[in-house]
Amino acid sequence: MNDADWIELLESPLDIAKAVEHVTAPEVGGIDVFLGTTRAETHDDGRQLVALDYEAYTRMAISQMHDLAARARERWPIVRLALLHRSGRVDIGQPSVVIAVATPHRGEAFEACRWLIDTLKAEVPIWKKEVWADGSGSWVHPEPAAH
Amino acid sequence: MRVHVKLFAILRERAGGVAEIELELPEGSTVADAASELAVRFPQFTAFLPRVAYAVNQTYAKSNTPLNDGDELALIPPVSGG
Repeated sequence: MNDADWIELLESPLDIAKAVEHVTAPEVGGIDVFLGTTRAETHDDGRQLVALDYEAYTRMAISQMHDLAARARERWPIVRLALLHRSGRVDIGQPSVVIAVATPHRGEAFEACRWLIDTLKAEVPIWKKEVWADGSGSWVHPEPAAH
Repeated sequence: MRVHVKLFAILRERAGGVAEIELELPEGSTVADAASELAVRFPQFTAFLPRVAYAVNQTYAKSNTPLNDGDELALIPPVSGG
């Protein structure tokens, strides 16, 4: 475990500025920050989305996120990174995930950050439930992508 | 042997809110054997099982992975983090 990586599952709002501060360093030339936010939606039946509620298999989600960071570091010269994910309720417009990647040059930061969010979404045991204005909820369990 | 089963999201809901189950299995049982046993106990899972992944002691596992006494087996429905 190294202190260049800040990896955490939090029940409270994510601090984007702190994540950027964490990855800033003299050897860094490019920092890419991705935020996944809760998007407003209207159900076919007219219900409005008010929030997403995240549940995690906590122990495994954290170890998987550490594994993702290690795999990313094998592929790109990452100096520092932050990988923060929410659990609990995330309202419209709020971030559920913050990924900040700092590398010597900008191309690597873009690529690594993209890979991290794409792979997190495919592999990490976290699930979101859509919370509708009438209080009802529906789990999001995507069909596998066609290959 | 005894295996600690963890349920999440839609499966936990379909199990009436049960998040953890103790499963007694014969020695030499695999993940697939545990899944079959759970399908019997929770017929409401059956439609979902083809889309469920499994993890043993917090590592993804195939259905032919052998189980040992005290293992933690998680049923992981399609994930939707991020």
